[in-house]
Amino acid sequence: MPYVDGLRCRECGRTYPSEALHVCDWCFGPLEVVYDYGAIKAAVSREAIGAGPLSMWRYADLLPAASEGAVSLGAGFTPLVRADRLAAELGLRELWIKNDTVNPTGSFKDRVVSVALTKAQELGFKVAACASTGNLANSVAAHAAHAGMESIVFIPADLEAGKVVNTAVFGGRLVAVEGNYDDVNRLCAELAGEHPSWAFVNVNVRTYYAEGSKTLAFETAEQLGWSCPDHVVVPVASGSQLTKVAKGFKELWEVGLLDEEPHVRISGAQAAGCSPVAQAFAAGRDVIKPVKPDTIAKSLAIGNPADGPYALDAVRSSGGGFGSVSDDEVVDGIRLLARTEGIFAETAGGVTIGSLVQLVERGVVRPDERVVALVTGNGLKTIEAVSSHCRPTATIAPTLDAFAAAIEIPED
Amino acid sequence: MAVTIRIPTQLRPIAGGSSTVAVEGATVGEVLKGLEAAHPGFHERLFDEQGNLRRFVNVFVADEDIRFLDGIDTPVAAGSTVSIVPAVAGG
Repeated sequence: MPYVDGLRCRECGRTYPSEALHVCDWCFGPLEVVYDYGAIKAAVSREAIGAGPLSMWRYADLLPAASEGAVSLGAGFTPLVRADRLAAELGLRELWIKNDTVNPTGSFKDRVVSVALTKAQELGFKVAACASTGNLANSVAAHAAHAGMESIVFIPADLEAGKVVNTAVFGGRLVAVEGNYDDVNRLCAELAGEHPSWAFVNVNVRTYYAEGSKTLAFETAEQLGWSCPDHVVVPVASGSQLTKVAKGFKELWEVGLLDEEPHVRISGAQAAGCSPVAQAFAAGRDVIKPVKPDTIAKSLAIGNPADGPYALDAVRSSGGGFGSVSDDEVVDGIRLLARTEGIFAETAGGVTIGSLVQLVERGVVRPDERVVALVTGNGLKTIEAVSSHCRPTATIAPTLDAFAAAIEIPED
Repeated sequence: MAVTIRIPTQLRPIAGGSSTVAVEGATVGEVLKGLEAAHPGFHERLFDEQGNLRRFVNVFVADEDIRFLDGIDTPVAAGSTVSIVPAVAGG
């Protein structure tokens, strides 16, 4: 049973019932779930969580939807991989990769969609919809298929082929919109007003949806033996994931699951071609000025990030920083992670690793810190980004001589 | 010829339930003043105490975000559409 008291506006504090509402009627500020932390504290324990399902739903008491009958393909409880070889290249003592590439549809979006559609079904919705840069599209279409809901998914028309196919295969309606993500998002904001019977996961049920990202923090702490990292590097598109990861660590303390109060520094990762939050951080501004995205990291290409101000606050208040990487650095980041750790990330992961490299070089991420980098999407979805670099070492005739001529073998 | 303002769901009660309102004005600021004159109550919802547009209010002129144009001083041609849209997110 969720411990939810209602919803509250993050800007003006007005309160609302726990319904399909995402924005304050008064000031348009985003709504936030209000929990009864006292009741959660009395109910949760490390033991009970440890005995729970091997998915994000082991943290159901800290989520705004009931785990019974949850719409789940098994998202979450992904590996936290000790990355000693990458750490050595970067000069870090202790580095971990939260490998969220292995979620059911290949990205962290399965976490937020599982919460969103569970809540949507609770509220009686039959249709799932979203505006997406790709990963969310894959996840909404898949979870809707699994739950027997209809889906209507909106994407920019220029998305990577892998992301289009990985959505359309699930059989829902897929609408490619001529424009960038911000155009799609705006269309969906207006459509959500016209079609209140649709659960737009990142519009009218976004308040619940966003909470799913907290499970990245919950799992990271549990997998580190119920302790927190010193520094986390998180990719930033809308800024929601970073904001919720910060919240997740604080909630674990609030409900008594940690021995020590966490002081996690949070750093953001953006592509230079779409870095409105990183730019505001660098300029010392509180206001996020939207940008027109131009980057191969399409999953992060949100020029008008709704949670940008909150992500900025979370980074500033925790003493973190921002990376902002070129397309070449994105590709280098993907290849570096793959070469050193055997994890193939999509472009957003390249942004995260490229930003980690920058943050280490600038001394923001320090060598003595316990660092976690969130790698949140699978490289098979964006092979275009690296395909020109990733070719067979040689193409040969099927003979020993041809092999010997083409491939240099190290001495045994 | 007037300018058409598209009203988001949350604000339609102020406009008697209408999804669009036609007003006169040559800039975004003037058009929003015209909206307040026609249906009092809009101003305090769209602007903060300092008189700036609230940070979660997005305004578009002919489908372009006014933060890419001249903000509240952005010119509005007769016959065009001004949309008020709550900020959302996703990705």
